[in-house]
Amino acid sequence: MLDQEAIIKVNNLSVSYNGKIAFSGISFAAAPRQIIGVIGPNGAGKSTLIKAIMGLVQADEGSVEIMSQALTKACKRIAYVPQRNSIDFDFPVLVEDVVLMGRFPHLKWWEFPGKRDYELVMECLEQVDMVDYRKRQIGHLSGGQQQRVFLARALAQEAELFFLDEPFAGIDMTSENMIMKLLKDLRDRGKTLFVVHHDLSKAETYFDSLILLKNKLIAYGKKDEVFQIDRLKEAYDGKVATFPGKEQLMVVNS
Amino acid sequence: MENIAFFFDSIFRYQYLQNAMLAGILVGIICGLTGCFIILRGMALMGDAISHAVLPGVVIAYMWGFSFFLGAVVTGVLTALGIGYISQNSKIKDDTAIGIMFTAAFALGVVLITMRRGTGVDLWHILFGNVLAVSRSDLWMTFSIGILIVICIVLFYKQLLLSTFDPTMAQAVGLPTRLIHYSLMLVLSLVTVASLKTVGIVLVVAMLITPGATAYLLTYQLSTMLLLSVVFGVMSSVIGVYFSFIYDVATGASIVLAASLLFFLSFLFSPKQGLITQKFKHKK
Repeated sequence: MLDQEAIIKVNNLSVSYNGKIAFSGISFAAAPRQIIGVIGPNGAGKSTLIKAIMGLVQADEGSVEIMSQALTKACKRIAYVPQRNSIDFDFPVLVEDVVLMGRFPHLKWWEFPGKRDYELVMECLEQVDMVDYRKRQIGHLSGGQQQRVFLARALAQEAELFFLDEPFAGIDMTSENMIMKLLKDLRDRGKTLFVVHHDLSKAETYFDSLILLKNKLIAYGKKDEVFQIDRLKEAYDGKVATFPGKEQLMVVNS
Repeated sequence: MENIAFFFDSIFRYQYLQNAMLAGILVGIICGLTGCFIILRGMALMGDAISHAVLPGVVIAYMWGFSFFLGAVVTGVLTALGIGYISQNSKIKDDTAIGIMFTAAFALGVVLITMRRGTGVDLWHILFGNVLAVSRSDLWMTFSIGILIVICIVLFYKQLLLSTFDPTMAQAVGLPTRLIHYSLMLVLSLVTVASLKTVGIVLVVAMLITPGATAYLLTYQLSTMLLLSVVFGVMSSVIGVYFSFIYDVATGASIVLAASLLFFLSFLFSPKQGLITQKFKHKK
């Protein structure tokens, strides 16, 4: 991995909330063109880590370098897909309004979206198969459909770097498969994706690399290097069980 | 019918009634627009706070003879900053910080007024408005504030939409979310000043949130919500001024009651979300 230029360099990053440590001393350098899973138990600091990388929470110490630039310059090329429960689904916006928001970072502060922006919105809605729903209010969709709309918004932003916070939480299998296929497409088109994920069962098949977290960095690297029983036990306090004869891992009580 | 004819006749006859009507309409527009964002950002309590916190500024301005416009904005924004400072630097939650700060500012205003009893500053009029005393210069001030707010909302529509709907993404793509928040507080102070004579400090929050809430129940698009909110704000003012003139009751309170009535109609009969409409649908 050292032969590639890193797209993100995180150096000794520590974050705390009101004196409580979310995580401390995290360092890694991520190569581009891959899907990186951020995994760990509840409260391990997964969401906080990606928020700190995006500069949304103040770091106590450490530094983040994105695309060899300071964050303020790179931020337009970073798309963020929020955790679904952080969104007010009664908000008066239609599906196409949400996707159009992906174009806002590219407009000057006084500019209104133009023809090209609306065309791109339609293209992105097609990619997630939501064109027929474009005039629906976002609260009137299933969880999976909502997640696809937010992914379409990220696509409309034409970003290099994607951060997705628990995109598979509480959604149907059709949407999950479609989203996963789109994420792999994006990777094949040269994008880099960070995906926060709490379910170990699919981590191995979904991601190229893994960041294993438990208030500090337990392991980072290619998925086979990270996905080992002793490391997982360390992160999940030993609540990991293996089934004899199978290579399947399970988390107990997580 | 006779009453309505009499009302129209009086409007053409009396300057003060014309001014009252115009002021009411302008306030309906200004509050209707601002209120939508206040509701969607979950800041109704903040709206109440800022409008009350304007009081000491207004009183000091009266006492020292400078524009009460300036006084109101200064104390309004200072209170907003104070609330933010307390909730960020202690474990005190937002709503508690709001409660502490705005009652403190309001009490200060009341003490200042009673200190200078008999100097022509009428507490009752500041608190509940005095729409029949609206002057031409008051109208001009309200009009200018209205124009400013309309321009800001049109110009910064996309920033307001994004930072209200998804503050995290707004911050991630580099929008100055904190600046937007405090600008909105500044606008709240301006709106309060603009509404001072019409509905007064205590009831202005109703003009901010009630028409917006009425509209919120009727539409699924922000642009439509803004438009409807303005329509309901203006309707409330016209109805309120009418009843207050015909039956000789307090104008500000009449306007607010009209707004509340519109809200309950929308709450019960909204075609998409109304309480009665939905019951009816389920039975079918």
